[in-house]
Amino acid sequence: MTDGSFANPAVELINVSKSYLRGSETINVLKDINLVISDGEFLAIMGPSGSGKSTLLNLIAGLDRPDSGRIIVSGIEITGLSENDLARWRAHNVGFIFQFYNLIPVLTAFENVELPLLLTGLSRSQRKEHVLRCLEIVNLLHRLNHLPKELSGGEQQRVAIARAIVTDPSIIVADEPTGDLDKVSAEEVLELLARLNEEYRKTIIMVTHDPRAAKVAKAIRHLDKGVLNAHTETPF
Amino acid sequence: MLILKLLFRNIFRQRLRTFLTVLATTVAILAFGFLRTIIDAWYSGVEASSPARLITRNAISLTTPLPISYKDRIRKVKGVKEVSYGQWFGGIYISEKNFFPNFAVEAETFLQLYPEYIIKPEEKIAFLRDRKGCVAGRKVAEEFGWEVGDTIILKGTVFPGEWEFTVRAIYRGAGPKVDETQVFFHWDYINEGLKKTYPTRADHVGFFVVGINDPRRAAEISLEIDSLFKNSLAETLTETEKAFQLGFVAMTEAILITIKIVSIVLIIIILLIVANTMAMNVRDRLSEYATMKALGFNWPYISGLVLGESIMISLTGSLCGIVLTFPASKIFVDAMGTLLPVFYITAETLLLDLLIALCVGVLAGLLPALNAIGVPVQRALQRIG
Repeated sequence: MTDGSFANPAVELINVSKSYLRGSETINVLKDINLVISDGEFLAIMGPSGSGKSTLLNLIAGLDRPDSGRIIVSGIEITGLSENDLARWRAHNVGFIFQFYNLIPVLTAFENVELPLLLTGLSRSQRKEHVLRCLEIVNLLHRLNHLPKELSGGEQQRVAIARAIVTDPSIIVADEPTGDLDKVSAEEVLELLARLNEEYRKTIIMVTHDPRAAKVAKAIRHLDKGVLNAHTETPF
Repeated sequence: MLILKLLFRNIFRQRLRTFLTVLATTVAILAFGFLRTIIDAWYSGVEASSPARLITRNAISLTTPLPISYKDRIRKVKGVKEVSYGQWFGGIYISEKNFFPNFAVEAETFLQLYPEYIIKPEEKIAFLRDRKGCVAGRKVAEEFGWEVGDTIILKGTVFPGEWEFTVRAIYRGAGPKVDETQVFFHWDYINEGLKKTYPTRADHVGFFVVGINDPRRAAEISLEIDSLFKNSLAETLTETEKAFQLGFVAMTEAILITIKIVSIVLIIIILLIVANTMAMNVRDRLSEYATMKALGFNWPYISGLVLGESIMISLTGSLCGIVLTFPASKIFVDAMGTLLPVFYITAETLLLDLLIALCVGVLAGLLPALNAIGVPVQRALQRIG
């Protein structure tokens, strides 16, 4: 469910608007968005290219700032945070899954997963424990010393998922997580996301073009020309 | 630790690019250190000069002599400890290419005033006793294979004729800044010869070396000496030994300025090369920095990665350049013979090399670091693929 009738909203957007300048022309990407995502939700945001899906996701994840409106995530209004505070907040509260994995090519799978933990106060042995646990969840313990170029696309995305969950964030944002994968790998990744939502109670917000991907989510919202469709779909 | 690992692995990602940048930095630092050492060599006479010594010469020019009789009058000036005198001889040994400075001096007082020329006591006595004797610097003796007891013949340029000397002593410098390529012999020997061949030139000297008790009174004593000979036929100009040596350096100032400009240009070239490499590296990795920013790494981490890489590349090149400066200098010194009497790489030059490498590393990485810090996360992520 994605409407404001729930007591524990994980994410709350109130009258959020965002525009960009393209030359002298102002493009209104998001117009007066109101959205509540409850804790433990798995929401898919769909829409055509240029509809503002990724912008919406960036705003929720604290990667971008709205022109107007308020964004409250886990009770914290992130629109009021400074750049440094926002970075610190992201490090502890948001896990990112990108379409092109965005792994650091010179770091092994283990090291890529360990990277976000450098911003925590964990000891080396504690970090190791966390990383191994996450690699186990994504079933990649046997590939931990491999560099990204030695892994398949699906494996790389699973490493990215392990990296997204290693700090135990409350929210995971996924931008077209299956966009660069073959069908089998895409299904594996989607199953993994569903498992994270079901077993580990992670709130997942996923932007996708792919209706098959959206089916894994508990709810679907459509975004068109910067306007969020009022109707919430359930895929099943 | 992982961040350091990432920094080091980043350095070796574009191996050819890094290798060529390090090579360019090595060559530039080698050339810079080398040019600095040449400048130092130029100033070696200045560096070796003593504040307790004044030089009195003819006010018209250094080539115009002064009467020997001035010695006693200078000696009487209050604060003067000792007076010696000498004359540039300009003798040629076998061929003009065998250049080394040679002077006719009043030996006993001269050696008293220049304690930095270390001579064995028995050799010193032998030199002082032999009017035809000479004392040669270690380097010049090694260059021509002279040993104590050898006879050498200098062909006079200022004082025509062939002049025979016996090497009675070989001196060593008390420190690395002391010129060991000079030859000294007795002024009396030359003067006697002149009395027979050019009597009008006899009993004149090129300069007086004045030892003073208190270096702080150098200016005062100089004025007093010059006032003694005011309005005479041979007015004097007295200055500290350092000022006297700087006068020589000033004659070749244009060359020195050129060398200094080339040194600065070299630094600018290194800066541009490293900056270009770093700009390319950062441009290649913008999406990675954006990812790190998304994960919560803020500007100290991102700038540290870029600046660290830039500094490491610059320092590696610099260290290679410093190491290579030593054999390069050795080859140069061997080729130059006694033309550059004092040529050694100073600790200041090495420190300057490192400091420049550090500054180049920081400056070259500054703009790329700002680029990496400032890249909007969402835009960089869209670049991927």
